[in-house]
Amino acid sequence: MNAHIQAETHIEVHKFYGGAVAGVAFLALVVQAFLHKFGGKAEYLELPLLVTLYFGLSRRNPISGLLLGTAIGLLQDGLSHMPIGLYGIAKTFVGYLASTIGARVDVEHPMSRFAFTFLFFHFHQAVLATTEWLLLAQRPQYISGKLLVASLVNSLVAVALFPLLDRLRKQP
Amino acid sequence: MDIPSRHRPLVLLAGVMLAQVLLLAFQIKRDRDVRLIRLWSVELLTPLQRAGTWLIGELHGGWRGYVDLRHARQENEELRTELGRLQLRNRELESRAAEADRLAAVLGFRQAHAEVPMLAAEVIGASADAASKTVYINRGSHDGVRRNMGVITPDGVVGKIIEVFPNTSMVLLLTDHDSGVGALLATSRTHGVVKGEGEPFARMEYVINDEKVPDGEEILTSGEDRIFPKDLPVGTVAGTQDGNPFKIIRVRPAARLDRLEEVIVLLTQRELNPQNEAEPAAPAAKSGETATSPSAPTKQPEQKPAQQPQKPGASPAPAKGAAKPPVTAPAKPPQ
Repeated sequence: MNAHIQAETHIEVHKFYGGAVAGVAFLALVVQAFLHKFGGKAEYLELPLLVTLYFGLSRRNPISGLLLGTAIGLLQDGLSHMPIGLYGIAKTFVGYLASTIGARVDVEHPMSRFAFTFLFFHFHQAVLATTEWLLLAQRPQYISGKLLVASLVNSLVAVALFPLLDRLRKQP
Repeated sequence: MDIPSRHRPLVLLAGVMLAQVLLLAFQIKRDRDVRLIRLWSVELLTPLQRAGTWLIGELHGGWRGYVDLRHARQENEELRTELGRLQLRNRELESRAAEADRLAAVLGFRQAHAEVPMLAAEVIGASADAASKTVYINRGSHDGVRRNMGVITPDGVVGKIIEVFPNTSMVLLLTDHDSGVGALLATSRTHGVVKGEGEPFARMEYVINDEKVPDGEEILTSGEDRIFPKDLPVGTVAGTQDGNPFKIIRVRPAARLDRLEEVIVLLTQRELNPQNEAEPAAPAAKSGETATSPSAPTKQPEQKPAQQPQKPGASPAPAKGAAKPPVTAPAKPPQ
């Protein structure tokens, strides 16, 4: 227990410049919409998820994490043809869990970032599928090779993207 | 409401999730184009509405049942009272109908024998002595009733007057020990005397053992006692057996002596045969006395019994054969 508390005390809580979070989130949505315009391989990317995950893991505040996830998710819903709330619910969960986990585990290492992104990507898709199944009475095909490729792609992108976002942190 | 800080994220998460689920529900349409929020609302509220409706219905039904029960109880009491009143009224009407039937029979009898002076009377009491078969009627000397006058009903002989008071009279019934009526068998015309035995059945005497008397044969008055006119029904043969020296014949009285209510007092001994109008009328009839209503007093008849009553036990001679039996009407001596 004491070791656990000591571990938590060594985890740094990062703060970002004003408007950085909102700007990055907005940019991610724009880029996501822009890339999806071209279809093909671009559909594998889930930039709003990566942004939500990053700020959740970095800020380590469950409230801000879930609110950011909610906002990004609802905006993503607004840009899609799906009922508003599907992505909102999924990203709210992701933001909350990422913040909670980030407060306990060091997620600065590239490998851990890759692993967390991989897991959260599938968690995000699982919540999406569950919500569609429960509310929309649809049975989406969850397990597929495309999903696996997408999760790997996003994990790799996260490993590359997160250090760039680290630059937006305020220096202690 | 103060929420612990460590629980705030969870509470916020729950709130945000709920809000988004509701947001989705507002947009999603299920089968038949019904929005999910409406479907949920209906499914959420319908059981409550159903429960509320059931509860209100039960309360309303219970209240109605209670009120109805109170009304039903009151109505039941009223109906019971009404039923009792109607049952009483019904018995009264039945009694009146029976009385009307009896009076109609009496009236019919009187109309069939309009030439014979007679007086309708009502039985108002009976003797206090169980061994004495007597009744009282509401006619007396003021109505023209005299001793030894015959008393009958449309069914047959009842008895005779043995005591006369100003407004009442005592009738000795056919079944009394001291009673005797001159009678004959309807078929063989064999004469005898019907005597009472203090029992519901009477006995016909002075019929020889050789006489064949079938059960059920009718017994009529012979008219020889000078009290009852000839051929009035006395009763029927209820059984016979040989005796010494005469046959013992049990007689079932024609009149219902155990339930007398209206009777007819014969003011004459004239035969009750409407075809005998040419025969001389009795003095009472000649004097203008005819049948009267039970309540109308009549003049005293002039006709008297031709023979004084004998003491009980004065046995007359046998009837059939050489000499007819001295048919008499034994009566109790005046007290």
